[in-house]
Amino acid sequence: MKQTISMLSTAAAFVFATGAATAQISDDTVKIGVMNDQSGLYADITGPGSVLAARMAVEDFGGKVAGKSIEVLFADHQNKPDIGANVVRQWIDTQQVDAIADVPTSSVALAVQEITREKNRMFLMSGPASSDLTGKACSETGIHWTYDTYALANGTGKALVKQGGDSWFFLTADYAFGHALERDTSKFVQEGGGKVLGVVRHPLSTADFSSFLLQAQASKAKIIGLANAGGDTINSIKQASEFGIVAGGQRLAGLLVFINDVHALGLKTAQGLVISESFYWDLNDETRAFSKRFAEKNKGNMVPSMIQAGVYGAVSHYLKAVQAAGTDEAKAVAKKMKELPINDFMTKNGSIREDGRVLRDMHLLQVKKPEESKYKYDYYKVLTTVPGTEAFRPLAQGGCPLVKS
Amino acid sequence: MNRFVAFGLLALLLVAPWIGVYPVFIMKALCFGMFAIAFNLLIGYVGLLSFGHAMFFGSASYITGHILKVWGWSAELSIIAGVLAATILGVAAGWIAIRRQGIYFAMITLALSQMVYFFCVQAPFTGGEDGIQSIPRQPLFGIIDLKSDMTLYYFVVAIAVGAFLLVYRIIHSPFGQVLKAIRENEARATSLGYNVDRYKLLAFVLSAALAGLAGSTKVLVMQLASLTDVFWPMSGEVILMTLVGGIGTIFGPVLGAFIVIAMQNYLAGIGEWVLVIQGVVFVIIVLAFRRGIVGELMALWDRRNKPAPTAVQPAE
Amino acid sequence: MFELLGIPPQALFGQLLLGLINGAFYAMLSLGLAVIFGLLNVINFTHGAQYMMGAFVAWFGLQFLGINYWVALIVSPIVVAISGVILEQLFLKRLYHLDHLYGLLLTFGFVLIFEGMFRYGFGSSGQPYENPLPGGVNLGFMFLPWYRGWVVVASLIICLATWFIIEKTKLGAYLRAGTENPTLVRAFGINVPRMITLTYAFGVGLAAFAGVMAAPIYQVNPTMGSNLIIVVFAVVVIGGMGSIMGSIVTGFGLGVIEGLTKVFYPQASATVIFVIMTIVLLVRPAGLFGTQR
Repeated sequence: MKQTISMLSTAAAFVFATGAATAQISDDTVKIGVMNDQSGLYADITGPGSVLAARMAVEDFGGKVAGKSIEVLFADHQNKPDIGANVVRQWIDTQQVDAIADVPTSSVALAVQEITREKNRMFLMSGPASSDLTGKACSETGIHWTYDTYALANGTGKALVKQGGDSWFFLTADYAFGHALERDTSKFVQEGGGKVLGVVRHPLSTADFSSFLLQAQASKAKIIGLANAGGDTINSIKQASEFGIVAGGQRLAGLLVFINDVHALGLKTAQGLVISESFYWDLNDETRAFSKRFAEKNKGNMVPSMIQAGVYGAVSHYLKAVQAAGTDEAKAVAKKMKELPINDFMTKNGSIREDGRVLRDMHLLQVKKPEESKYKYDYYKVLTTVPGTEAFRPLAQGGCPLVKS
Repeated sequence: MNRFVAFGLLALLLVAPWIGVYPVFIMKALCFGMFAIAFNLLIGYVGLLSFGHAMFFGSASYITGHILKVWGWSAELSIIAGVLAATILGVAAGWIAIRRQGIYFAMITLALSQMVYFFCVQAPFTGGEDGIQSIPRQPLFGIIDLKSDMTLYYFVVAIAVGAFLLVYRIIHSPFGQVLKAIRENEARATSLGYNVDRYKLLAFVLSAALAGLAGSTKVLVMQLASLTDVFWPMSGEVILMTLVGGIGTIFGPVLGAFIVIAMQNYLAGIGEWVLVIQGVVFVIIVLAFRRGIVGELMALWDRRNKPAPTAVQPAE
Repeated sequence: MFELLGIPPQALFGQLLLGLINGAFYAMLSLGLAVIFGLLNVINFTHGAQYMMGAFVAWFGLQFLGINYWVALIVSPIVVAISGVILEQLFLKRLYHLDHLYGLLLTFGFVLIFEGMFRYGFGSSGQPYENPLPGGVNLGFMFLPWYRGWVVVASLIICLATWFIIEKTKLGAYLRAGTENPTLVRAFGINVPRMITLTYAFGVGLAAFAGVMAAPIYQVNPTMGSNLIIVVFAVVVIGGMGSIMGSIVTGFGLGVIEGLTKVFYPQASATVIFVIMTIVLLVRPAGLFGTQR
């Protein structure tokens, strides 16, 4: 019964919103559903920390938007697209959730992108990496906030070739995401005048990388590119150190490494690793202030990952846009989000392109040696900062149908 | 008694979406219910534990998904194609697997399903770990629009009821009796002149086809086919469903599927505890309620109504 | 220089050696499973979780109690074995008279419980464990880290010692007899249930030992066992359920085969074992070294 009433009221709200174009907040609350990996491989870099970041954003906004209350829900998608799709469908159909946030794991994000497009809801992506989300799978209501595979490949690949790392060997996780990272990075390596000497594709969740590392060692490539993620990356770096790969003069390039991974590896093992991230807690006073606040509220007192920081930024910007548009109807909000400039502790003068890509600076970072680290979580030194306009794929190359050529 | 229960459940199914139950949830549970029925056909009535049923479920969902999305066939034809694929795979896998029994049977089915999984990771049309996404719900018979959840709901209910009745027929047919005879004592069945291998193979193929039907229907509902469908934990999940509901009971697997799906659905917010709770359910059932919920209820019913211990019918 | 199958022989030697090292883990784990199956008739799905717990106990000891690796090699298996005794006494014991399907399902339930709890307690991205034997030796064809060399040697010793105890000593004879005919052995005045409990503890301890050995190489994380257990099952089945020597030889052998696959068709390295298992089961139903029971 309650269901029917709320269904009717949504229908009514919909009629109002589209028919009369009067500003409306459906069912008198703005509901934001944070969905990510709460217990698996990516739980530490997204998980409860992202939910906390979203709550902090709501709190900092004052708890109300356009006079209506804001609610944050969360769920675990276990990195499985079917579970993720199910949760989001149910959120939208039965609880009138207005925006979905975070969603790491590209396969799940692609599924959610389709649902939010079909049902006209906002999708604030901080967790997923695939650049397809603003390419052929782009959506009018999908905003890709924090980073993508193109920017990672661009940052790390280009910079290392410039530093003389002109021969590469890839350790690639044998699935679509790994292939995309490898493909994009190879492109930048070759454009910069470097060459790719070899590739080995390993099954997902391999425990032992020694065989692959030995092949990489034998190739005599200057750079070993790790086109994998999570536990696979951690194990490859750990074993590379064991087999004396870095000591032997070859360098490792992690194409998707987060600060939590570096923490898990320890500086002794991870030192020298070059990575790209869009956020590092120790960049300036503002990032330090936010990270301190975040760590205090987070039971594990870990500093925020770029994904968690991104969730804060995306949710804040969304609320601003809802306020400005006076409605939570997704297309109107998306339009407002694209009009307003983004400025917060993480993003300076950021903007959103019509394909949904947020243009932001990316930082090329190197992991410090143990003796260089002065205090807790003092892990990176900043090599360069790539401006947002250069870091991401040019609009015309993405193949997004929304872009009129 | 069974008949009353059946009609009651059917009536409940037909009105459920009108009394506030989320239709997509019931459809999903029905698909897994079919999957569990298919699995139960093998373990409950032939006594073979398959640890690889995900291969039929998953490959059918990939085939149906691909056909719906790329070839644009109508819903029923796509489902039939998916079932056909699962049937063919069932013949091949069954031909190899039925030569072994007990734990070896479980292991061989596991191995075969791992190979199918590998194929699905490698084959380009499956889309790797992204799966096949945003699969359109093509119209039924080319004319009936299935885009609305409500229309689709009744289509799925029809399929599920059909599958249920089919299995009911099978296990009450002479063929079903022979299967039970094989489960009880294979040597005796052989000596009675039955070609045991052929019966087992037929049961295996039927089970595979039904698992395929479940997978194909799931694709239509969830509009997604992914590696989860074909990976070994899916085979573990269907064992859990059947075990919870009651191995060798007709309603058990369906009930088990509803319970497990509901747990996953409504406990999704508490993260890692879902696993722990599932584990605890597993342990409790194995230790205390090996007949499963329906099995225990039926045993209770039998004890009440037939105080005399003579010739109690085995749970069906 | 001549080449073998397209790669230089030196590289091939290196890969064979690495395969052997990975095989050492398969051998230790499948040995424990085989002992438990052979003597208790229980298929211990929890084995992978117990391997994980072994690694975690070692990590916990190093992190909070200052117990170093070498002490952990002894302490951790004992701790996990005690947890195994509790598990056996409270739960497993009740299922011996049933089909081994139920033992499998029960232990599968425990896998979910243990993994879930460790995830809750320690997160899932894993914990680092310091390598106790850094450095290595250049063998000419490859760089062999000392630690990997130690893994092969230690696991060979453990495996052979276990085989010797069970197949060649009086204690082992009691164990084997106790499973064949408990009543008869009891008549000789031997406490069969206690023997079974200790056997389970021993098998579980082996898993934990392998876990400690793995900690410096792999990240210590809650799912490290579940990725491995299915493969180890396959090893046991190929070797012949319950055959001690079978599981040792098969463990090392499959490690080598998997290592070679990683060179020639790396994508398939996780699948090749299942292909072998299917073929073996079709040709030799009881496994390579098993006898049909």
